[in-house]
Amino acid sequence: MSLYAYGVGIWLVLVGIAGVVRSRDLIHTVVCVSVAQSGTYVVLLAVGYQRGAVAPIFGSSSPPGTPVVDPVVQAMALTDIVVSATVTALLLALVIQVAKRHGTVVPDELHALRG
Amino acid sequence: MNRTARLVVFALGAGALAVLFVAALLKMPAFGADVHPYRDATMIAALLRRAPNVVTSINFDQRGLDTFGEETILLASVVGATTLLRPGSDERRRTPPGDGRMLHATRLAGYVLLPVTLIVGADVVVHGHLTPGGGFQGGVVLATGLHLAYVAGRYPALRRLRPLDWYEYGEATGMGAVVALGIAGLVAGAGFLANILPTGIFGSLVSAGTVPLFSVAIGIEVASGVVVLLAGFFEQDLAVRLRPKEDVA
Repeated sequence: MSLYAYGVGIWLVLVGIAGVVRSRDLIHTVVCVSVAQSGTYVVLLAVGYQRGAVAPIFGSSSPPGTPVVDPVVQAMALTDIVVSATVTALLLALVIQVAKRHGTVVPDELHALRG
Repeated sequence: MNRTARLVVFALGAGALAVLFVAALLKMPAFGADVHPYRDATMIAALLRRAPNVVTSINFDQRGLDTFGEETILLASVVGATTLLRPGSDERRRTPPGDGRMLHATRLAGYVLLPVTLIVGADVVVHGHLTPGGGFQGGVVLATGLHLAYVAGRYPALRRLRPLDWYEYGEATGMGAVVALGIAGLVAGAGFLANILPTGIFGSLVSAGTVPLFSVAIGIEVASGVVVLLAGFFEQDLAVRLRPKEDVA
């Protein structure tokens, strides 16, 4: 079970990077980077999980003392998701400008850096 | 290097990485075990600071400096993307098309849900220390709620709801509010971004010190940043066009 749970996350990271390497379209490349980032979230959350524990928010239904999952990795994943969304937007803006300046979004056709 | 060479190099590297991953997996604690030392430490710290939502307490109180850094990354990405999406010297801005056919059901749903979503977003931001939520999540809900005006109506309707200057000022205000909170902590002698306000009663709205204030500042910044970002993409798609050849000298 451990191998399966962490393996899913690691598989997503490797498949994302493989997609970046094999890509024939810059938009596809940006989405593959996003997939690799999602793999890291899965690994983080899998590290913090505990069987039979609830969300790390105390209230009337879970008074302090009930077992909760690890909140540190959840905090890391949460800020990471929002920041990666904006970085993806930055990458897509770059792709738009590349398409305008060079007329193509195929990475293999983008050779020289034109000044 | 050509495509096949690139794939071979990648295969070698990925194989080595996969071997390292599996070797690390075999030494990790079992999935779902109850050995979580960080969780034990942060739970006690969050309860001492009277913040029922431990994740928000980590983000805005115990590790506020990390959130400050992430927020700066967000601001920088928005500035970068907006700069990249400006009309170039050989482009001009035309009036975007105003109408298109829209199902009445979509229009009604959008107009009804827009104020509901904005209120839910504000609730998620303000109650960040009590319920699941916080500045980041609520900010994204607020920004996408605003764009229900585009889904339901037309692009000019969205532009009326979104005077872009205000959102740019809002983004800077959010960032400035976080810096001001940090400096207030320094002035009080407790350290940058320390929690200096009284912690109140566990579970009430005004509690957990500076956490709700930090959450609201981040909510303003994230919402404004996402709106500015999406505005750049909308303008690029709908309004920016190449200048006709005779205009260029």
